Amino acid sequence: MSLLAVEDLDCRYGLLQAVRGVSLQVAERETVALIGANGAGKSTLLRAIAGAHQPHAGRVKLDEADVTSLSAHARVRRGIALVPEGRRLFAGLTVDENLRVAAASRPGGRWTVRTVIEVFPFLQARLHSPAATLSGGEQQAVAIGRALMTNPRLLLLDEASLGLAPVAVDAVYRSLGDVIREGATVLLVEQDLARALKVADRVVCMLEGRVVLEGDARSLDRDRIVNAYFGLRRAGVGGAGT
Amino acid sequence: MTVRRWTRTSKLFTGCTGLVALLLASVPLVFSPDIVQKTTTLLILILLAAMWNALAGYGGLLSVGQQAFIGLGAYGTVLFAGFGVPPYVAMLLAVVVAGSLSIPISLFALRLRAAQFAIGMWVIAEVASIVVGLDQGLGAGTGISLSQLYQVDPNYRQAYTFWLALALTVLFLAAIFFLLRSPLGASLQAIRDDEDAARSLGVRVAARKRLLFVLAGFGCAAAGVLIVANTLFIEPGSVFSVQWSAYMIFMVLVGGLGTFEGPIVGAILLFAIQTTFTQGGPWYLVGLGATAALFALLLPKGLWGTIEERLGLRLLPVGYQVVEKK
Amino acid sequence: MTITNAILQGIFLGAFYAVLACGLSLMFGVMRIINLAHGDIAVLGAYIVLVIVQGTGISPLIAFAIALPVLIAIGYVLQLTILQRALKAGILTPLLATFGLSIVIQNLLLLKFSPDVHSLGASAGALTTQSWSLFSGESGAGSTGITIPALGLVVLSVAVVIFAALQLFLSRTRPGWRMRATAEDPDAAELIGIDSRHVYARATAIAVAIAGLGGLFLAIRSVFDPVSGPTQLIFAFEAVVIGGMGSLWGTLLGGLALGVAQTLGAQVNPEYAALSGHLLFLAVLVIRFGGVRLARFGASA
Repeated sequence: MSLLAVEDLDCRYGLLQAVRGVSLQVAERETVALIGANGAGKSTLLRAIAGAHQPHAGRVKLDEADVTSLSAHARVRRGIALVPEGRRLFAGLTVDENLRVAAASRPGGRWTVRTVIEVFPFLQARLHSPAATLSGGEQQAVAIGRALMTNPRLLLLDEASLGLAPVAVDAVYRSLGDVIREGATVLLVEQDLARALKVADRVVCMLEGRVVLEGDARSLDRDRIVNAYFGLRRAGVGGAGT
Repeated sequence: MTVRRWTRTSKLFTGCTGLVALLLASVPLVFSPDIVQKTTTLLILILLAAMWNALAGYGGLLSVGQQAFIGLGAYGTVLFAGFGVPPYVAMLLAVVVAGSLSIPISLFALRLRAAQFAIGMWVIAEVASIVVGLDQGLGAGTGISLSQLYQVDPNYRQAYTFWLALALTVLFLAAIFFLLRSPLGASLQAIRDDEDAARSLGVRVAARKRLLFVLAGFGCAAAGVLIVANTLFIEPGSVFSVQWSAYMIFMVLVGGLGTFEGPIVGAILLFAIQTTFTQGGPWYLVGLGATAALFALLLPKGLWGTIEERLGLRLLPVGYQVVEKK
Repeated sequence: MTITNAILQGIFLGAFYAVLACGLSLMFGVMRIINLAHGDIAVLGAYIVLVIVQGTGISPLIAFAIALPVLIAIGYVLQLTILQRALKAGILTPLLATFGLSIVIQNLLLLKFSPDVHSLGASAGALTTQSWSLFSGESGAGSTGITIPALGLVVLSVAVVIFAALQLFLSRTRPGWRMRATAEDPDAAELIGIDSRHVYARATAIAVAIAGLGGLFLAIRSVFDPVSGPTQLIFAFEAVVIGGMGSLWGTLLGGLALGVAQTLGAQVNPEYAALSGHLLFLAVLVIRFGGVRLARFGASA
């Protein structure tokens, strides 16, 4: 039984269709990497799963229950948490406040300010600093920590490495590794192909709104991934999709 | 596909408006002074609605203080007539002088954002009201009448006032019409649709807004002049009242914000309501306020805007239509 | 009256304006809405207290305690019905909708209660009449000394308490953090489980309750009638702008500044009171937003 099931999802922005008939499943404790070029529809898909975007057609199911009509904050209470692209911290609040403001949504889980600090130790010193004064890497850590504070069953990460120095990305992914080892279910969008493949169990590749490739992260042929990513046919250049 | 400006409907209708204007001009010759006065009131409402629409519908400037210019126009007339200027000349002079005040006011008013602009204009109206109300020579708080007009025979007075009202209303409506049809007009409609996008395309948004603001200033001053000419007696509390803003908002919201014909529809509607519920009073105002709010929330395009959208109708050629070649 | 006394009375007057302005400032800070019906809601609060006082004969202050739940309920309903829709629609819509609401409230009050003025000063008894004089005496030009009216002290204390309580709420409590978070980024707030509608409703309820308190003070220190609302709105808005929009303590200071400006203006000529406040407001706008190219830090019209 899968934790998350997406069925024939269609997402539009006005006349522009961003996601076309996407179906996807994520099992409990699985880590799935969603890859693809810019504009492939990955962010939109994540946002639709989180409830931040209302799909045109299709269903999102959590534990077999249809959550498609639920608002974002209601889904958080069911256990879906999205770390949005660009972090979007509350700049006027301190790190501590940013974390604790998320806590009431699903109380009684293992994530508290203390346990978040254990995963991101470098935040201890910055606990009472306004979020706006943090570095990019520190902000990303707070953003992930904030989502963790809701004790999610499904953690969605949108471009966690975007705009960060490689050192910072290393730190973030190290901590993410800890979180995954603890048993979290993660669906992450990642531009950095190498990192995505290293941390994920399964990889899903999107192109122009559709899923074009799916498979085990470790055993999938590298060339197949690259071809799917860029929409190249096996025999040569040209065309789109498989 | 071709792009065209004039459709058969719009040619027909524009011809009709010319006819209507001519017909209206003959009203004083046919009807009693009483009816002429009422029709003058209708023209004043149309003028006010068109001006508020120019500000809010095309400039995105929500002013709750246009009554400042109305009052200044009215008191300006009384002031100049008091200096010995012939009444109808005083009126034109007052339009010019009171209207020009919009230029210095615009220098700082237009830098204010939405709510500050709205209430800032209201405060300016209050300041004008207080300052005028302090002047004993202008009747202070109790009001003053345009006594110079008493010497004119009521029939002629009403007729002259009506023709002045017709001329001014047509003038300002024509100004907006030609403004919208000019290259300036396309940028105005772009500002109405999406200000930031327009700015990014190089449209000089600030200059356009100033133009609208000044135009509305002159227009509302003209309305104020006509009000005192029509009713002969004014006092600060009524001519500087925020009630005028309430009427303007109602007319434009219900008629159709950002359309050319909408304000006229709204003005006719308000006029009809006012003449039916002659006692006025609270119930009628409750209705006005509630209707304006409901239109803002539920039918933001107003009556005309919705009709225009549903039927694809464009009576006056202020935009372009893309048409499939047959 | 000496200048010192005028300034003191201005501070007492300003505290009243600060209470009026508090709710307006909160709603702007959280929702970016200026509620043009705010003054009328304050007056509505005054009428609710009036009805209770006339019906039961109890003191206005206790009557307000009874009126408080009604005001809070009004706030919730106002947000969930009108403001929530208006928020989604555009920048102009909340202004237009609340303007329409303002007219509706004024005229419904006119229908229910006559245009006559009312006052709760008499019912408040000693609170209205009690005052203390210090350093009084006569000297050459006029009377010296300062007067401290009991009501003025009460309003000033209440104002400080309310602002402090609100500040504490926003900085120390989780509902307060959620309000600040939603004010900053409602979408990100939704993503961590905050229902922005409820946060907005709570803010509106608080704003309406405090506005009602302002109405109570208006009723006690002065007279009111169904159309007193717009005047209160203008003073409240001026206080918010003078103090700096978006700053809670700024609103308190802005209120005090407005009060002092008015009383000093009245020293010159009693008819100049409101005018002085308006001129201060306009001056602040001119200085802050220029007419002159002051700062070019990306500030666009």
